[in-house]
Amino acid sequence: MTVYLIRRLMQSVLVVWVMSLIVFLGVFAIGDPVEILIAPDADQIERERAIIALGLDKPLWEQYFIFVQNALRGDLGRSFVFNEPALRLILQRMPATLELAITATLFAVVIGIPLGLLAGLKPNAWYSRTIMAGSILGFSLPSFWVGLMLIMVFAVQLGWLPSTGRGETAMLGGIQWSFLTVNGLRHLVMPALNLSFFKVSLAIRLTRSGVRETILQDYVKFARAKGLSPTRVIGVHVLKNIMIPVVTVMGLELGSTIAFAVVTESVFAWPGMGKLIIDSIYVLDRPVIVAYLMIIVFMFIIINLVVDLTYSFLDPRVRLGESKA
Amino acid sequence: MSLAAPASAAAAPAAVPATAAPPTLEVRGLRTHFFTRAGVVKAVDDVSFTVRKGKIMGLVGESGSGKTVTGFSVIGLVDPPGRIVDGEILFHGQNLARLSEEEMRKLRGNRIAMIFQDPMMTLNPVLRVDTQMIETVLAHEKVDKETARQRARDALGQVGIPSPDERLKSYPHQFSGGMRQRVAIAIALLHKPELIIADEPTTALDVTIQGQILFEVQKLCRDSGTSLMWITHDLSVVAGLADDICVMYAGRVVEKGTVDEVLDRPLHPYTRGLIGSVPSRNVRGKPLVQIPGMTPSLLNLPRGCAFRSRCPRADDACMSEPAITEPLPGREIRCVHPHLEGAA
Repeated sequence: MTVYLIRRLMQSVLVVWVMSLIVFLGVFAIGDPVEILIAPDADQIERERAIIALGLDKPLWEQYFIFVQNALRGDLGRSFVFNEPALRLILQRMPATLELAITATLFAVVIGIPLGLLAGLKPNAWYSRTIMAGSILGFSLPSFWVGLMLIMVFAVQLGWLPSTGRGETAMLGGIQWSFLTVNGLRHLVMPALNLSFFKVSLAIRLTRSGVRETILQDYVKFARAKGLSPTRVIGVHVLKNIMIPVVTVMGLELGSTIAFAVVTESVFAWPGMGKLIIDSIYVLDRPVIVAYLMIIVFMFIIINLVVDLTYSFLDPRVRLGESKA
Repeated sequence: MSLAAPASAAAAPAAVPATAAPPTLEVRGLRTHFFTRAGVVKAVDDVSFTVRKGKIMGLVGESGSGKTVTGFSVIGLVDPPGRIVDGEILFHGQNLARLSEEEMRKLRGNRIAMIFQDPMMTLNPVLRVDTQMIETVLAHEKVDKETARQRARDALGQVGIPSPDERLKSYPHQFSGGMRQRVAIAIALLHKPELIIADEPTTALDVTIQGQILFEVQKLCRDSGTSLMWITHDLSVVAGLADDICVMYAGRVVEKGTVDEVLDRPLHPYTRGLIGSVPSRNVRGKPLVQIPGMTPSLLNLPRGCAFRSRCPRADDACMSEPAITEPLPGREIRCVHPHLEGAA
């Protein structure tokens, strides 16, 4: 286990380093921030001064070297636009995105898995067909459109839910959270729901196909032959066997939601990281883009690790560390 | 041998009179059909047999003869599109075919247990052995977990698993095939069932392990008065193990009687063919004897006797469905041209 963790850690360092190279080069390639940041009527001297101040006069390899040096000290650069540390800027926005993404994934698990079970156990019933048809919609409707429809129905016509912002927040662990106040929860429901449609559909399909496959196994029939109640057969014998693909996909979905909730955050004016990264890309705020992508890399590495650790908990046949040791 | 909890149903006395006791299981005219898109598959079609108390009944047939479906019908685990369409399954006089699913559930694993063919597949791979055993105890009895664990441990010891305490904490993949089948048997024995349905439980095992398991099962049946329905295609297993035999072909019983009588003097051409096909009975160096052709598809059985096309004795009389006859006392067959002229 320890050996496994150490090896994973070393792999992670390599991944982070390679990513930093790609990100740095990529951001350098997409355009010159000077053109956007400096007023068009600025004269040559002002321009020169600004370029030197931003450190853009140095050759690329030197800029990268400085970036790595600072990064190792925990400094991912200062935003060109806000003149604030990029890391702090991102971390300020992170809780908003985190609570949105986690709530959406929670919806997916709480709604998707039971519906998937239902559809898998009685594949020919009318409600199963309805669920499966619904999941196709969940996959294919564009999320910005669904978001707008939600706002139109629940905010404009029915007036039940607010359509923009985080609402009231409360402090927990030095961070402002929306889910702690009733008003904040009301603000959270719609964007989270919007974000979860795709994930619910995914959970439904994964669960359903898992159930269809598992239900035919001898051990399920044997469990029934032992006289177990249907609840126990399905809730323990079937469900525990189908959790591996569900956990994997939901874990990765959580990651990509945190990273790329851009559309939903824009539609609902949710002040999360997605909005920050889009704004930064518009103005070519290189340090923020780089810092953001590096944080996302970190996050995926951690999520993958947690998912792998969950496997060994879900399936005793998975033994961590023995694979290539 | 005796289990800790006194709450379990009273175990049958060790010595059981051979014929006087009422049968544990009596199946009459059972028909289990599968309603598939391609048509109705008559997997079990008018099957009748009895399993005597404390005795072992061997249900023999080729793959697809309906023997497994018969077993599932008795324990009430026929899944759609299959359905029991007719017949009575009398378990101590109670018709199981009429019971509700919940009443059936209370019987399963409690008074009727089943052992499956492939021990690699019957235990849930992600649950520990103790979980899978304790849940079986708790499904039928209100005892605390510690008592249930005790019972599980005793059952493991009973089937010859060394250091049962440690083994309880293991997962199925940490056992060999033979050990897994022992665990499955231990689970079947947890509630001292009156009837065990064993569906080819030794087919997937080594010959040596097979011998051990057969020995254990025979001993357990004799000791506890449990009746056993042993489903197999292996006549040599039945010869050494069973008291009665029931030969199935294409969803029908073609011959039944006591093991000694049927194996010594098979009346039905199919039974003769089966016995003739056992390799050890053939003469070294000569080609092995076989029954020509293969089992007909249950979807479109030929008219009349299903064995007609493979039978050396078939003639026009076989075009109509043969009725069950009893040419000798205690011997029922379904054939118009039985081998009545002499011993096999």
